Amino acid sequence: MNLILTFIQKAIGQGIAILFGASGEILIEKSGNLNLGIPGIMYMGGVSGLMGAFFYENSVENPNGFVGLLIAFAMALVVSALGGLIYAFLTISLRANQNVVGLALTTFGTGFGNFFGGSLSKLAGGVGQISVKTTGEAFRTTIPVLSEIPVIGPLLFSYGFLTYLSIILAFAITWFLTKTRKGLNLRAVGESPATADAAGINVTRYKYSATIIGAAIAGLGGLYYVMDYLGGTWIENGFGDRGWLAIALVIMALWNARSAIWGSILFGALYILYIYVPGLSRAMQEVFKMFPYLVTIIVLVFTSRRNKPENQPPASLGTSYFREER
Amino acid sequence: MNHKEPLVRMKKRSTVSLKQAVLVRLVAVLLSLVVCAVFIVIVTQQNPLQVYAGIVDGAVGTGRRAWVTVRETVVLLLIAVGLAPAFKMRFWNIGAEGQVLMGGLASAALMIYLGDLLPNVVLLVIIFVASMLAGLIWGYIPAFFKARYNTNETLFTLMMNYVAMQIVTFCIVFWENPAGSNTVGIINSASQKGWFPSIAGNSYILNVIIVLIFTVLMYFYMTYSKQGYEIAVVGESQNTARYAGINVKRVIKRTMMISGAICGLAGMVTVCGAGHTISTSTANGRGFTAIIVAWMAKFNPFFMVLISALLVFMQQGAIQIATQFGLNKNASDIITGIILFFLIGCEFFINYELEFRKKQKEA
Amino acid sequence: MDTNYAIELKNVTKRFGEVVANDSVDLSLKKGEILAILGENGSGKTTLMNMISGIYFPDEGHIFVNGQEVTIRSPKDSFDLGIGMIHQHFKLVPIFTAAENIVLGLPAEKGQGMSRVEADVQALVDRYGFDMNPARKIYDMSVSQKQTVEIVKVLYRGAEILILDEPTAVLTPQETERLFQVLKNMRDDGKSIIIITHKLNEVMEISDRVAVLRKGKYIGTVKTSEATIPSLTEMMVGEKVSLNIDRSEPVNSELRLEMKGVSCRNKEGTVTLNKASFAARSGEILGVAGISGSGQKELLESIAGLQHMEEGEIWYYPPGGEPQALHSLSVTEIRNLGVRLSFVPEDRLGMGLVGSMDITNNMMLRSYRNGKGLVTDRKTPEQLARTIIEELEVVTPGVTTPVRRLSGGNVQKVLVGREISSNPTVLMVAYPVRGLDINYSYTIYNLLNKQKENGAAVICVGEDLDVLLELCDRILVLQGGRVAGTVDARSATKEQLGLMMTGTIGKEEAVNEP
Repeated sequence: MNLILTFIQKAIGQGIAILFGASGEILIEKSGNLNLGIPGIMYMGGVSGLMGAFFYENSVENPNGFVGLLIAFAMALVVSALGGLIYAFLTISLRANQNVVGLALTTFGTGFGNFFGGSLSKLAGGVGQISVKTTGEAFRTTIPVLSEIPVIGPLLFSYGFLTYLSIILAFAITWFLTKTRKGLNLRAVGESPATADAAGINVTRYKYSATIIGAAIAGLGGLYYVMDYLGGTWIENGFGDRGWLAIALVIMALWNARSAIWGSILFGALYILYIYVPGLSRAMQEVFKMFPYLVTIIVLVFTSRRNKPENQPPASLGTSYFREER
Repeated sequence: MNHKEPLVRMKKRSTVSLKQAVLVRLVAVLLSLVVCAVFIVIVTQQNPLQVYAGIVDGAVGTGRRAWVTVRETVVLLLIAVGLAPAFKMRFWNIGAEGQVLMGGLASAALMIYLGDLLPNVVLLVIIFVASMLAGLIWGYIPAFFKARYNTNETLFTLMMNYVAMQIVTFCIVFWENPAGSNTVGIINSASQKGWFPSIAGNSYILNVIIVLIFTVLMYFYMTYSKQGYEIAVVGESQNTARYAGINVKRVIKRTMMISGAICGLAGMVTVCGAGHTISTSTANGRGFTAIIVAWMAKFNPFFMVLISALLVFMQQGAIQIATQFGLNKNASDIITGIILFFLIGCEFFINYELEFRKKQKEA
Repeated sequence: MDTNYAIELKNVTKRFGEVVANDSVDLSLKKGEILAILGENGSGKTTLMNMISGIYFPDEGHIFVNGQEVTIRSPKDSFDLGIGMIHQHFKLVPIFTAAENIVLGLPAEKGQGMSRVEADVQALVDRYGFDMNPARKIYDMSVSQKQTVEIVKVLYRGAEILILDEPTAVLTPQETERLFQVLKNMRDDGKSIIIITHKLNEVMEISDRVAVLRKGKYIGTVKTSEATIPSLTEMMVGEKVSLNIDRSEPVNSELRLEMKGVSCRNKEGTVTLNKASFAARSGEILGVAGISGSGQKELLESIAGLQHMEEGEIWYYPPGGEPQALHSLSVTEIRNLGVRLSFVPEDRLGMGLVGSMDITNNMMLRSYRNGKGLVTDRKTPEQLARTIIEELEVVTPGVTTPVRRLSGGNVQKVLVGREISSNPTVLMVAYPVRGLDINYSYTIYNLLNKQKENGAAVICVGEDLDVLLELCDRILVLQGGRVAGTVDARSATKEQLGLMMTGTIGKEEAVNEP
């Protein structure tokens, strides 16, 4: 019983970063931009939050965890939004190929994260591994009282605030896209920018907004990993391929952020399954670690075989729009 | 009277001269180098000229460094050459990373298991075939599903990278040396079986020869062969291809087998011709960088050589700088990213021209 | 400025690269009138209207709305001025409902959920007597329903000025009648309407005044009541042209191709071709008429080996040879049988040619398999490219120019030139003169007639019934994927074809079956 409880807890812990990434990417893809730079943006979000907290904690005598949290949160939002802005400028204003820009951004962002994550304390004149314990603790603060309730407490209330934020955001994005007029407009931009344009929608503004806000949301996934999951430190390439899994999750959730919640927990569970299956040899553990990718491939093949119009990717995904093209 | 024109409007250029196109790209490269310098200066607090001297020194400062730069360039080039037909066909093969790994894995396996049994030449020939076969299979799987069910190849090939990585870590469990290190170590370090032989006293000549041969072959394949023509038509319009009686599915599968095989060969060149070991970082992101190289060169092998050389030169230089200042070698990825942003962005100024608001003739 | 005018254009010029689409055009639309803009395809009608609706920005000139000079930078500016345009290619999102498409881009009023919107739209629909369900998805709708959505969309936005770009091109004669009635109602309601068309009879029927454009230039505006079809034709084409297409009697006509009970389904599972049967004979032109999407595409593509057929047979009767079955064969297999089958598809740059490739490379689409071993032969196609440029007078900077850069008429010459270069025994053409001006159209008619005289069985899918009636020997009418009948083109009338196209009369009642 306890083991299962821990397993679910850890699965959710693994899934939240992916959920942030997927939610952000859904918003971006709904505007017609396929942003393969999400993995890089998540690295950028993570490391910049870490940097913000690091400089804060180093500059005051008795750092306050809550202030550190606010600074880290703001830094992550701003820097990942900047990553989104690079992508938006190149693909929307300069009409560069989206896949190529995305991959370059991922190269850049991953390097950015690993470089500053690995060199920051050295750059600041210190030694050893970067660590922001106080802020990390603040991010890990669970809901008091409620988390003490047996079973339900650990299952539902034992997480830091980013976990709840990710779920609220996922619901909010689904609500925004399906229930609001602006969401309708955004979906129209992603389906057919020419139609949206003719209807008086500012296509460029919608694409920019969605791409930048989506990037900021995805960046929180990196922040979650660094602050909540690792407790305020950096492991080179520790974030791994979660960014790519986030992009895979978008497809698995059929561009519905609400479905991505369950998908992210499933991915998280597959990610750590090897630890909880007893009696696995080291070699077999490696085989188990393959599961998230294999499952994604299987889902990909199955979604490509059904052809309900509503379940298809946004029709203009991957293309740039130029009104006077002819 | 309220008569306002938009401040800037853009127009598609009808023609662009080669001179203009080269000039725009040159300016982009220079600008990117300036931005890179700013970044390095902020981080290291050094004189930028010194920094660039350091980069040049790091890339080609000694004979050995220069050859490492050449070695890295040709591997990147070979992957780009392998990717070119796939991308020309508009098949988004993001899976070069995995195809290279599988080729490298096959090479390492044969070095380990057959190293003591066969003469080096025979072994290398077998590895040559096997590495290409391994890459071919890894490229064929997503192509099969693309042809059969129109499964999104971008994500499929991406996932295949990680499956390949897990297979490599799986094998490392059995091959690790010394035990408990979780690495394979240098394979056949004593016998040098499966290693590329030195030619004229240089260990990387064979790498260069192999890559140049495949680059030239690919150029002729894409430009003059019937299959190359089919790839071009399928890439432009599958509808037209069907109309012309081209079996689109067969072309997709065939092209991805070729693409995967060459990436697999790049795995062999990396393992047998450079590292003599295998790990999850054998491909080290080159599979992704090569995509951008191939795309920006518009699949022209000559431009691919130039772009690969520029990127590797800067990467090697940056690694040198980072080591010099005790910083993290990932600085090279930041440098690569900055150069790529500029090169990608400058394409716009080749394809479009901006028209600024004219002064009002009548008020 | 005169406030009696809803819209006035002065000296409006628009260039695309070196092409001048509109050359210093003047135009005025009075309040409460229906103005027809008449012009050949490519005369710049749509470009002009796109500048009023904010799609393009004029290079020079002034636009006045209700007497005020305005700058229209985007479709939104245009809406704000009360202008609504119904484009030829509908601008609708297929996976949205009609109501969602209608409110797209509008700010929501307080408490106005989708159900409120749907009720409002329904009220509008009822008021004008349209046939449309606001909650229905666009991908489930017919072409005329989609057009209705477009019209309701601009009405919902309170447009006072409506621009309709070739609204009747996709409609049956009966649907056109209904549309015209609605337009007249709207005019009587005080709305100002511009209708773009190149069909003279429609101009005479619906408009109050006619403005004529020719090759991007403004020719003049006349009162419809004072105009005649010949006078308008003269304004439109510049000189008196005989509309007669030379048509010879078929000689030595024999059975060349036969389709027996062929059925096709599209990806969504809808039947696109329903047990279609017909015969094509050598030395004659068989026209194929029908509302767009009645199975024309499937008919041609199943013969060419490009359609998966559910059932049925296709037989080819070579001159002096044994019949050959073509059904279930691929394009390559048909060619390997030695069948000289040529096909000019509807989508020229998306199917018949590769837009980004030059003329030589496009010649190779048919011949690239020739050549020794793995290497393809480029010499012969290059010669063919030069021959076509010379003989068909293709206007191009050279053989290495990408065909996308050529004008529509020249693109079609390249395509038709390649297809007839193999001396086909069966030549299939789909909408061969769509988008072409009158001179290019006649070049194409002549090429088709020459093929007919050479003994080819020509199958020509067309949309302009007048042309089909003058060009073809027999006309096959498709209706909803079925063959509604075949008529003798020399004796049939447009009305009869129109009725067959809409399914009002069927094969049994089509009296003059040859």
